[in-house]
Amino acid sequence: MNAVFGRGLRTLSLLTAALLVGAFALVFFYAPNDADQGFIQKIFYLHVPLAIVALGGFVAGGVYGIRYLRTGDRLHDLRSYVAIHLSLILAVGALVTGSIWARGSWGVWWTWDEPTLVSFLIVFLLYACYQPLRFSIEDPERQARYAAVFSVIAGAFVPLNFMAVRMAQAYVHPRVLSTTGGSMPGSMRLTFAVAVLAMALLFVTLWKYELASKSATFRLRALKRRLAGDEELWTTRRSAAPTL
Amino acid sequence: MRHAIAALIRKDVRLELRTRESVPAMVLFSLGTFVLFHFALDEREVSGALAAGILWVTLLFAAVLGINRLFVAEREEGGFDGFLLAPVDRTSLFVAKATVLFGFLVAVEVFVVAAFAVLLLGPSPWAGLPALALVLVVADAGIAVIGTLVGALAVQTRARDLLVPLLALPLSIPLVIAGARACAPLLTAGGGDGLEARWLLVLGLYDLVFGLLAYAIFDFLLEE
Repeated sequence: MNAVFGRGLRTLSLLTAALLVGAFALVFFYAPNDADQGFIQKIFYLHVPLAIVALGGFVAGGVYGIRYLRTGDRLHDLRSYVAIHLSLILAVGALVTGSIWARGSWGVWWTWDEPTLVSFLIVFLLYACYQPLRFSIEDPERQARYAAVFSVIAGAFVPLNFMAVRMAQAYVHPRVLSTTGGSMPGSMRLTFAVAVLAMALLFVTLWKYELASKSATFRLRALKRRLAGDEELWTTRRSAAPTL
Repeated sequence: MRHAIAALIRKDVRLELRTRESVPAMVLFSLGTFVLFHFALDEREVSGALAAGILWVTLLFAAVLGINRLFVAEREEGGFDGFLLAPVDRTSLFVAKATVLFGFLVAVEVFVVAAFAVLLLGPSPWAGLPALALVLVVADAGIAVIGTLVGALAVQTRARDLLVPLLALPLSIPLVIAGARACAPLLTAGGGDGLEARWLLVLGLYDLVFGLLAYAIFDFLLEE
Protein backbone atom coordinates (compact mmCIF):
# COMPACT_ATOMS: atom_id res chain seq x y z
CA MET A 1 0.00 0.00 0.00
CA ASN A 2 2.76 2.35 0.97
CA ALA A 3 4.87 1.65 -2.06
CA VAL A 4 2.04 2.50 -4.43
CA PHE A 5 1.71 6.01 -3.07
CA GLY A 6 5.42 6.66 -2.63
CA ARG A 7 6.48 5.64 -6.13
CA GLY A 8 7.74 8.42 -8.38
CA LEU A 9 7.22 11.04 -5.74
CA ARG A 10 10.74 12.42 -5.95
CA THR A 11 10.64 12.92 -9.73
CA LEU A 12 7.24 14.50 -9.46
CA SER A 13 8.39 16.88 -6.74
CA LEU A 14 11.44 17.96 -8.73
CA LEU A 15 9.34 18.46 -11.85
CA THR A 16 6.80 20.52 -9.92
CA ALA A 17 9.47 22.69 -8.35
CA ALA A 18 11.12 23.28 -11.73
CA LEU A 19 7.83 24.14 -13.42
CA LEU A 20 6.77 26.49 -10.61
CA VAL A 21 10.09 28.34 -10.81
CA GLY A 22 9.77 28.44 -14.58
CA ALA A 23 6.22 29.76 -14.38
CA PHE A 24 7.18 32.57 -12.02
CA ALA A 25 10.22 33.42 -14.13
CA LEU A 26 7.92 33.74 -17.14
CA VAL A 27 5.48 35.84 -15.13
CA PHE A 28 8.08 38.35 -14.00
CA PHE A 29 10.58 38.43 -16.87
CA TYR A 30 8.75 37.35 -20.01
CA ALA A 31 5.09 38.34 -19.90
CA PRO A 32 4.55 42.05 -20.65
CA ASN A 33 2.99 44.40 -18.14
CA ASP A 34 -0.69 44.91 -18.76
CA ALA A 35 -1.26 48.18 -20.65
CA ASP A 36 -4.33 49.02 -18.61
CA GLN A 37 -3.63 47.69 -15.12
CA GLY A 38 0.16 47.62 -14.99
CA PHE A 39 2.09 45.43 -12.59
CA ILE A 40 -0.90 44.42 -10.41
CA GLN A 41 -2.22 42.35 -13.31
CA LYS A 42 0.57 39.82 -12.64
CA ILE A 43 -1.49 38.43 -9.75
CA PHE A 44 -3.73 37.02 -12.47
CA TYR A 45 -1.12 34.29 -13.07
CA LEU A 46 -1.55 33.17 -9.46
CA HIS A 47 -5.22 33.91 -8.82
CA VAL A 48 -6.77 32.22 -11.86
CA PRO A 49 -4.70 28.99 -11.70
CA LEU A 50 -5.51 28.71 -7.99
CA ALA A 51 -9.23 29.03 -8.72
CA ILE A 52 -9.18 26.67 -11.71
CA VAL A 53 -7.22 23.99 -9.87
CA ALA A 54 -9.41 24.33 -6.78
CA LEU A 55 -12.57 23.82 -8.83
CA GLY A 56 -10.93 20.90 -10.64
CA GLY A 57 -10.03 19.41 -7.27
CA PHE A 58 -13.63 19.71 -6.05
CA VAL A 59 -14.85 17.94 -9.17
CA ALA A 60 -12.16 15.26 -8.77
CA GLY A 61 -13.38 14.79 -5.19
CA GLY A 62 -16.87 14.18 -6.57
CA VAL A 63 -15.57 11.68 -9.13
CA TYR A 64 -13.73 9.72 -6.44
CA GLY A 65 -16.90 9.98 -4.35
CA ILE A 66 -18.84 8.24 -7.13
CA ARG A 67 -16.10 5.63 -7.40
CA TYR A 68 -16.26 4.98 -3.68
CA LEU A 69 -20.03 4.55 -3.81
CA ARG A 70 -19.70 2.10 -6.69
CA THR A 71 -16.84 -0.01 -5.38
CA GLY A 72 -16.82 0.54 -1.62
CA ASP A 73 -13.02 0.80 -1.76
CA ARG A 74 -11.84 2.96 1.15
CA LEU A 75 -8.84 4.21 -0.84
CA HIS A 76 -11.23 6.12 -3.10
CA ASP A 77 -12.73 7.77 -0.06
CA LEU A 78 -9.25 8.78 1.07
CA ARG A 79 -8.50 10.20 -2.40
CA SER A 80 -11.77 12.13 -2.41
CA TYR A 81 -11.11 13.50 1.07
CA VAL A 82 -7.58 14.66 0.28
CA ALA A 83 -8.64 16.27 -3.01
CA ILE A 84 -11.43 18.28 -1.37
CA HIS A 85 -9.32 19.21 1.60
CA LEU A 86 -6.46 20.52 -0.57
CA SER A 87 -8.90 22.33 -2.85
CA LEU A 88 -10.32 24.14 0.16
CA ILE A 89 -6.85 25.47 0.96
CA LEU A 90 -6.34 26.57 -2.65
CA ALA A 91 -9.81 28.14 -2.62
CA VAL A 92 -8.85 30.31 0.35
CA GLY A 93 -5.79 31.38 -1.65
CA ALA A 94 -7.93 32.19 -4.68
CA LEU A 95 -10.36 34.27 -2.61
CA VAL A 96 -7.55 36.22 -0.92
CA THR A 97 -5.63 36.88 -4.15
CA GLY A 98 -8.89 37.80 -5.89
CA SER A 99 -9.67 40.28 -3.16
CA ILE A 100 -6.20 41.82 -3.42
CA TRP A 101 -6.54 42.08 -7.17
CA ALA A 102 -9.97 43.69 -6.87
CA ARG A 103 -8.51 46.22 -4.43
CA GLY A 104 -5.62 46.93 -6.75
CA SER A 105 -7.54 47.35 -9.97
CA TRP A 106 -11.06 48.41 -8.95
CA GLY A 107 -10.30 50.00 -5.57
CA VAL A 108 -12.59 47.74 -3.51
CA TRP A 109 -11.82 44.63 -1.48
CA TRP A 110 -15.00 42.93 -2.52
CA THR A 111 -17.54 43.45 -5.26
CA TRP A 112 -20.89 41.76 -5.65
CA ASP A 113 -21.00 42.66 -9.34
CA GLU A 114 -18.54 39.99 -10.23
CA PRO A 115 -20.19 36.62 -10.84
CA THR A 116 -17.05 34.50 -10.74
CA LEU A 117 -15.91 35.80 -7.36
CA VAL A 118 -19.40 35.48 -5.86
CA SER A 119 -19.93 31.96 -7.20
CA PHE A 120 -16.57 30.98 -5.87
CA LEU A 121 -17.47 32.26 -2.41
CA ILE A 122 -20.72 30.23 -2.45
CA VAL A 123 -18.91 27.08 -3.54
CA PHE A 124 -16.33 27.68 -0.83
CA LEU A 125 -19.04 28.10 1.82
CA LEU A 126 -20.62 24.82 0.74
CA TYR A 127 -17.37 22.85 0.78
CA ALA A 128 -16.38 24.37 4.10
CA CYS A 129 -19.13 22.13 5.55
CA TYR A 130 -17.38 18.99 4.34
CA GLN A 131 -15.09 18.61 7.33
CA PRO A 132 -17.77 19.37 9.95
CA LEU A 133 -20.01 16.81 8.24
CA ARG A 134 -17.33 14.13 8.38
CA PHE A 135 -16.40 15.03 11.92
CA SER A 136 -19.92 14.64 13.24
CA ILE A 137 -20.32 11.03 12.04
CA GLU A 138 -18.58 8.50 14.22
CA ASP A 139 -18.96 5.24 12.36
CA PRO A 140 -16.12 5.29 9.77
CA GLU A 141 -18.04 3.36 7.13
CA ARG A 142 -21.03 5.68 7.35
CA GLN A 143 -18.72 8.67 7.44
CA ALA A 144 -17.15 7.62 4.16
CA ARG A 145 -20.53 6.95 2.52
CA TYR A 146 -22.12 10.21 3.60
CA ALA A 147 -19.04 12.20 2.65
CA ALA A 148 -19.14 10.61 -0.81
CA VAL A 149 -22.82 11.52 -1.21
CA PHE A 150 -21.99 15.07 -0.18
CA SER A 151 -19.10 15.28 -2.65
CA VAL A 152 -21.37 14.15 -5.49
CA ILE A 153 -24.13 16.64 -4.65
CA ALA A 154 -21.64 19.47 -4.25
CA GLY A 155 -19.82 18.51 -7.46
CA ALA A 156 -23.08 18.81 -9.42
CA PHE A 157 -23.85 22.07 -7.63
CA VAL A 158 -20.67 23.81 -8.82
CA PRO A 159 -21.58 24.34 -12.53
CA LEU A 160 -25.25 25.04 -11.78
CA ASN A 161 -24.31 27.68 -9.26
CA PHE A 162 -21.88 29.37 -11.64
CA MET A 163 -24.60 29.54 -14.27
CA ALA A 164 -27.21 31.00 -11.92
CA VAL A 165 -24.88 33.62 -10.46
CA ARG A 166 -23.59 34.64 -13.88
CA MET A 167 -27.14 35.15 -15.13
CA ALA A 168 -27.94 37.34 -12.16
CA GLN A 169 -25.18 39.87 -12.63
CA ALA A 170 -23.72 42.31 -15.06
CA TYR A 171 -20.45 41.38 -16.69
CA VAL A 172 -17.54 43.05 -14.92
CA HIS A 173 -15.04 40.28 -14.55
CA PRO A 174 -12.41 40.05 -17.28
CA ARG A 175 -13.43 37.04 -19.30
CA VAL A 176 -10.03 35.75 -20.27
CA LEU A 177 -11.22 32.34 -21.36
CA SER A 178 -14.27 33.30 -23.38
CA THR A 179 -15.27 31.28 -26.42
CA THR A 180 -14.07 34.02 -28.72
CA GLY A 181 -10.52 33.35 -27.60
CA GLY A 182 -10.07 36.27 -25.23
CA SER A 183 -7.85 39.22 -25.92
CA MET A 184 -4.51 38.10 -24.47
CA PRO A 185 -1.39 38.42 -26.57
CA GLY A 186 0.52 35.18 -27.22
CA SER A 187 3.21 35.76 -24.60
CA MET A 188 0.60 36.25 -21.88
CA ARG A 189 -1.30 33.20 -22.97
CA LEU A 190 1.82 31.04 -22.87
CA THR A 191 2.72 32.30 -19.39
CA PHE A 192 -0.82 31.66 -18.22
CA ALA A 193 -0.82 28.11 -19.61
CA VAL A 194 2.47 27.32 -17.86
CA ALA A 195 1.17 28.83 -14.62
CA VAL A 196 -1.98 26.68 -14.72
CA LEU A 197 0.07 23.59 -15.48
CA ALA A 198 2.49 24.33 -12.63
CA MET A 199 -0.38 24.85 -10.20
CA ALA A 200 -2.06 21.62 -11.32
CA LEU A 201 1.20 19.73 -10.84
CA LEU A 202 1.62 21.29 -7.40
CA PHE A 203 -1.86 20.06 -6.52
CA VAL A 204 -1.12 16.52 -7.71
CA THR A 205 2.20 16.46 -5.84
CA LEU A 206 0.66 17.65 -2.58
CA TRP A 207 -2.19 15.22 -3.06
CA LYS A 208 0.20 12.31 -3.48
CA TYR A 209 2.27 13.40 -0.49
CA GLU A 210 -0.78 13.54 1.73
CA LEU A 211 -2.00 10.16 0.48
CA ALA A 212 1.40 8.62 1.15
CA SER A 213 1.56 10.21 4.60
CA LYS A 214 -1.95 9.14 5.53
CA SER A 215 -1.51 5.55 4.38
CA ALA A 216 1.84 5.33 6.17
CA THR A 217 0.15 6.53 9.35
CA PHE A 218 -2.51 3.85 9.00
CA ARG A 219 0.08 1.14 8.43
CA LEU A 220 2.02 2.30 11.44
CA ARG A 221 -1.09 2.29 13.55
CA ALA A 222 -2.01 -1.19 12.37
CA LEU A 223 1.47 -2.48 13.21
CA LYS A 224 1.41 -0.86 16.64
CA ARG A 225 -1.95 -2.39 17.25
CA ARG A 226 -0.61 -5.81 16.42
CA LEU A 227 2.32 -5.29 18.76
CA ALA A 228 0.06 -4.19 21.58
CA GLY A 229 -2.15 -7.20 21.14
CA ASP A 230 -5.18 -5.56 19.56
CA GLU A 231 -6.32 -3.84 22.75
CA GLU A 232 -5.04 -0.46 23.80
CA LEU A 233 -4.62 1.38 20.53
CA TRP A 234 -7.91 0.34 19.04
CA THR A 235 -9.80 3.33 20.35
CA THR A 236 -8.25 6.14 18.36
CA ARG A 237 -9.27 9.75 18.38
CA ARG A 238 -12.36 10.57 16.36
CA SER A 239 -11.31 12.39 13.24
CA ALA A 240 -12.66 13.93 10.07
CA ALA A 241 -10.04 12.14 8.01
CA PRO A 242 -10.94 8.71 6.64
CA THR A 243 -9.43 5.62 8.17
CA LEU A 244 -8.36 2.65 6.13
CA MET B 1 -43.37 1.11 -5.40
CA ARG B 2 -46.48 3.24 -5.76
CA HIS B 3 -48.13 1.54 -2.81
CA ALA B 4 -45.10 2.06 -0.65
CA ILE B 5 -44.92 5.75 -1.55
CA ALA B 6 -48.62 6.24 -0.91
CA ALA B 7 -48.38 4.47 2.44
CA LEU B 8 -45.39 6.58 3.50
CA ILE B 9 -47.09 9.81 2.48
CA ARG B 10 -50.26 8.77 4.33
CA LYS B 11 -48.19 8.04 7.41
CA ASP B 12 -46.47 11.42 7.38
CA VAL B 13 -49.65 13.38 6.70
CA ARG B 14 -51.46 11.58 9.51
CA LEU B 15 -48.52 12.23 11.83
CA GLU B 16 -48.60 15.93 10.97
CA LEU B 17 -52.38 16.14 11.38
CA ARG B 18 -52.18 14.54 14.81
CA THR B 19 -49.11 16.25 16.23
CA ARG B 20 -49.29 19.54 14.25
CA GLU B 21 -45.55 19.94 14.59
CA SER B 22 -44.07 21.25 11.35
CA VAL B 23 -46.51 23.41 9.40
CA PRO B 24 -47.82 25.55 12.29
CA ALA B 25 -44.27 26.10 13.51
CA MET B 26 -43.12 27.13 10.04
CA VAL B 27 -46.06 29.56 9.66
CA LEU B 28 -45.52 31.10 13.09
CA PHE B 29 -41.81 31.45 12.44
CA SER B 30 -42.52 33.22 9.15
CA LEU B 31 -44.93 35.66 10.78
CA GLY B 32 -42.37 36.42 13.45
CA THR B 33 -39.75 37.01 10.78
CA PHE B 34 -42.03 39.52 9.00
CA VAL B 35 -42.38 41.46 12.23
CA LEU B 36 -38.62 41.36 12.66
CA PHE B 37 -38.11 42.65 9.14
CA HIS B 38 -40.58 45.46 9.76
CA PHE B 39 -38.58 46.71 12.73
CA ALA B 40 -35.12 45.87 11.42
CA LEU B 41 -35.68 47.71 8.14
CA ASP B 42 -38.02 50.34 9.63
CA GLU B 43 -40.36 50.00 6.65
CA ARG B 44 -44.14 50.08 6.76
CA GLU B 45 -44.56 48.84 3.22
CA VAL B 46 -42.19 47.12 0.84
CA SER B 47 -42.34 46.35 -2.87
CA GLY B 48 -40.27 45.09 -5.77
CA ALA B 49 -36.86 43.56 -5.13
CA LEU B 50 -36.93 44.28 -1.39
CA ALA B 51 -40.29 42.54 -1.01
CA ALA B 52 -39.11 39.54 -3.03
CA GLY B 53 -35.97 39.31 -0.91
CA ILE B 54 -37.89 39.40 2.38
CA LEU B 55 -40.37 36.80 1.17
CA TRP B 56 -37.64 34.46 -0.07
CA VAL B 57 -35.38 34.68 2.96
CA THR B 58 -38.38 34.07 5.23
CA LEU B 59 -39.62 31.10 3.23
CA LEU B 60 -36.17 29.56 3.05
CA PHE B 61 -35.58 29.84 6.80
CA ALA B 62 -39.02 28.38 7.43
CA ALA B 63 -38.15 25.53 5.06
CA VAL B 64 -34.98 24.86 7.08
CA LEU B 65 -37.20 24.35 10.14
CA GLY B 66 -39.25 21.80 8.21
CA ILE B 67 -36.18 20.04 6.86
CA ASN B 68 -34.81 19.70 10.39
CA ARG B 69 -37.95 17.86 11.49
CA LEU B 70 -38.40 15.79 8.33
CA PHE B 71 -36.64 12.59 9.40
CA VAL B 72 -36.71 12.98 13.16
CA ALA B 73 -39.56 10.50 13.67
CA GLU B 74 -37.77 7.93 11.52
CA ARG B 75 -34.57 8.38 13.46
CA GLU B 76 -35.97 8.45 16.99
CA GLU B 77 -38.78 5.93 16.74
CA GLY B 78 -36.95 3.37 14.65
CA GLY B 79 -38.76 4.17 11.42
CA PHE B 80 -35.58 3.68 9.40
CA ASP B 81 -35.20 0.12 10.64
CA GLY B 82 -38.83 -0.63 9.92
CA PHE B 83 -38.52 0.78 6.45
CA LEU B 84 -35.31 -1.12 5.68
CA LEU B 85 -36.96 -4.38 6.79
CA ALA B 86 -39.87 -3.85 4.42
CA PRO B 87 -39.39 -5.43 0.98
CA VAL B 88 -39.77 -2.17 -0.96
CA ASP B 89 -37.53 -0.03 -3.12
CA ARG B 90 -35.57 2.40 -0.99
CA THR B 91 -36.07 5.25 -3.40
CA SER B 92 -39.74 5.25 -2.44
CA LEU B 93 -38.77 6.83 0.88
CA PHE B 94 -37.09 9.66 -0.98
CA VAL B 95 -40.08 10.23 -3.26
CA ALA B 96 -42.50 10.12 -0.34
CA LYS B 97 -40.48 12.47 1.85
CA ALA B 98 -39.87 14.96 -0.94
CA THR B 99 -43.60 14.95 -1.74
CA VAL B 100 -44.47 15.49 1.91
CA LEU B 101 -41.99 18.36 2.23
CA PHE B 102 -43.36 19.87 -0.97
CA GLY B 103 -46.87 19.66 0.44
CA PHE B 104 -45.80 21.26 3.71
CA LEU B 105 -44.12 24.11 1.85
CA VAL B 106 -47.18 24.77 -0.30
CA ALA B 107 -49.42 24.70 2.77
CA VAL B 108 -47.12 27.11 4.59
CA GLU B 109 -46.94 29.46 1.61
CA VAL B 110 -50.72 29.73 1.34
CA PHE B 111 -50.77 31.31 4.79
CA VAL B 112 -47.46 33.13 4.61
CA VAL B 113 -47.98 34.84 1.26
CA ALA B 114 -51.42 36.00 2.39
CA ALA B 115 -49.94 37.31 5.63
CA PHE B 116 -47.12 38.97 3.71
CA ALA B 117 -49.62 40.76 1.46
CA VAL B 118 -51.52 42.03 4.51
CA LEU B 119 -48.60 42.91 6.77
CA LEU B 120 -45.77 44.20 4.59
CA LEU B 121 -46.52 44.29 0.88
CA GLY B 122 -47.39 47.75 -0.45
CA PRO B 123 -48.88 47.14 -3.91
CA SER B 124 -51.83 44.84 -4.45
CA PRO B 125 -50.64 41.29 -5.14
CA TRP B 126 -53.64 40.14 -7.18
CA ALA B 127 -52.29 40.97 -10.63
CA GLY B 128 -49.10 38.96 -10.16
CA LEU B 129 -50.58 36.17 -8.09
CA PRO B 130 -50.81 33.39 -10.74
CA ALA B 131 -47.21 33.97 -11.85
CA LEU B 132 -46.07 34.20 -8.22
CA ALA B 133 -47.77 30.90 -7.44
CA LEU B 134 -46.09 29.28 -10.45
CA VAL B 135 -42.62 30.48 -9.39
CA LEU B 136 -43.20 29.36 -5.80
CA VAL B 137 -44.38 25.89 -6.84
CA VAL B 138 -41.42 25.30 -9.18
CA ALA B 139 -38.99 26.53 -6.53
CA ASP B 140 -40.71 24.43 -3.84
CA ALA B 141 -39.95 21.32 -5.88
CA GLY B 142 -36.25 22.25 -5.76
CA ILE B 143 -36.34 22.99 -2.03
CA ALA B 144 -38.16 19.71 -1.43
CA VAL B 145 -35.54 17.68 -3.34
CA ILE B 146 -32.50 19.34 -1.80
CA GLY B 147 -34.17 19.48 1.61
CA THR B 148 -34.88 15.76 1.61
CA LEU B 149 -31.29 14.99 0.66
CA VAL B 150 -29.83 17.32 3.28
CA GLY B 151 -32.30 16.15 5.91
CA ALA B 152 -31.43 12.51 5.32
CA LEU B 153 -27.72 13.35 5.32
CA ALA B 154 -27.84 15.36 8.52
CA VAL B 155 -30.25 13.28 10.59
CA GLN B 156 -27.68 10.55 11.21
CA THR B 157 -24.97 12.94 12.38
CA ARG B 158 -24.41 14.31 15.83
CA ALA B 159 -24.52 17.95 14.73
CA ARG B 160 -27.92 17.52 13.08
CA ASP B 161 -29.56 20.90 13.66
CA LEU B 162 -26.29 22.60 12.87
CA LEU B 163 -25.59 20.88 9.59
CA VAL B 164 -29.01 21.38 8.00
CA PRO B 165 -28.77 25.18 7.68
CA LEU B 166 -25.05 25.03 6.91
CA LEU B 167 -25.65 22.68 3.98
CA ALA B 168 -29.11 23.76 2.83
CA LEU B 169 -28.47 27.51 2.61
CA PRO B 170 -25.54 27.48 0.15
CA LEU B 171 -27.21 24.73 -1.86
CA SER B 172 -30.38 26.79 -2.27
CA ILE B 173 -28.65 30.00 -3.38
CA PRO B 174 -29.42 29.33 -7.09
CA LEU B 175 -33.09 28.92 -6.12
CA VAL B 176 -33.06 32.22 -4.25
CA ILE B 177 -31.33 34.02 -7.11
CA ALA B 178 -33.84 32.80 -9.68
CA GLY B 179 -36.85 32.95 -7.35
CA ALA B 180 -36.21 36.43 -6.00
CA ARG B 181 -35.38 37.87 -9.43
CA ALA B 182 -38.50 36.30 -10.89
CA CYS B 183 -40.72 37.58 -8.06
CA ALA B 184 -39.36 41.14 -7.90
CA PRO B 185 -41.36 42.54 -10.87
CA LEU B 186 -44.45 40.61 -9.75
CA LEU B 187 -44.49 42.42 -6.41
CA THR B 188 -44.52 45.95 -7.85
CA ALA B 189 -47.64 47.96 -8.56
CA GLY B 190 -49.49 46.43 -11.52
CA GLY B 191 -46.75 43.91 -12.19
CA GLY B 192 -48.89 41.22 -13.74
CA ASP B 193 -46.87 40.44 -16.85
CA GLY B 194 -43.33 40.80 -15.55
CA LEU B 195 -42.41 37.12 -15.33
CA GLU B 196 -39.16 36.36 -17.10
CA ALA B 197 -39.01 32.90 -18.62
CA ARG B 198 -35.27 32.45 -18.02
CA TRP B 199 -35.68 32.38 -14.25
CA LEU B 200 -38.29 29.66 -14.53
CA LEU B 201 -35.81 27.83 -16.75
CA VAL B 202 -33.10 28.05 -14.08
CA LEU B 203 -35.53 26.79 -11.44
CA GLY B 204 -36.66 23.95 -13.69
CA LEU B 205 -33.08 22.98 -14.50
CA TYR B 206 -32.23 22.95 -10.80
CA ASP B 207 -35.22 20.70 -10.04
CA LEU B 208 -34.27 18.36 -12.87
CA VAL B 209 -30.55 18.05 -12.03
CA PHE B 210 -30.97 17.55 -8.32
CA GLY B 211 -34.08 15.43 -8.75
CA LEU B 212 -32.22 12.94 -10.92
CA LEU B 213 -29.13 13.09 -8.72
CA ALA B 214 -31.14 12.49 -5.56
CA TYR B 215 -32.98 9.62 -7.22
CA ALA B 216 -29.61 8.03 -8.04
CA ILE B 217 -27.81 8.46 -4.71
CA PHE B 218 -30.47 8.50 -2.03
CA ASP B 219 -30.17 4.73 -1.51
CA PHE B 220 -26.65 5.17 -0.15
CA LEU B 221 -27.94 7.27 2.73
CA LEU B 222 -30.07 4.41 4.00
CA GLU B 223 -27.71 1.43 3.96
CA GLU B 224 -26.87 -0.07 7.29
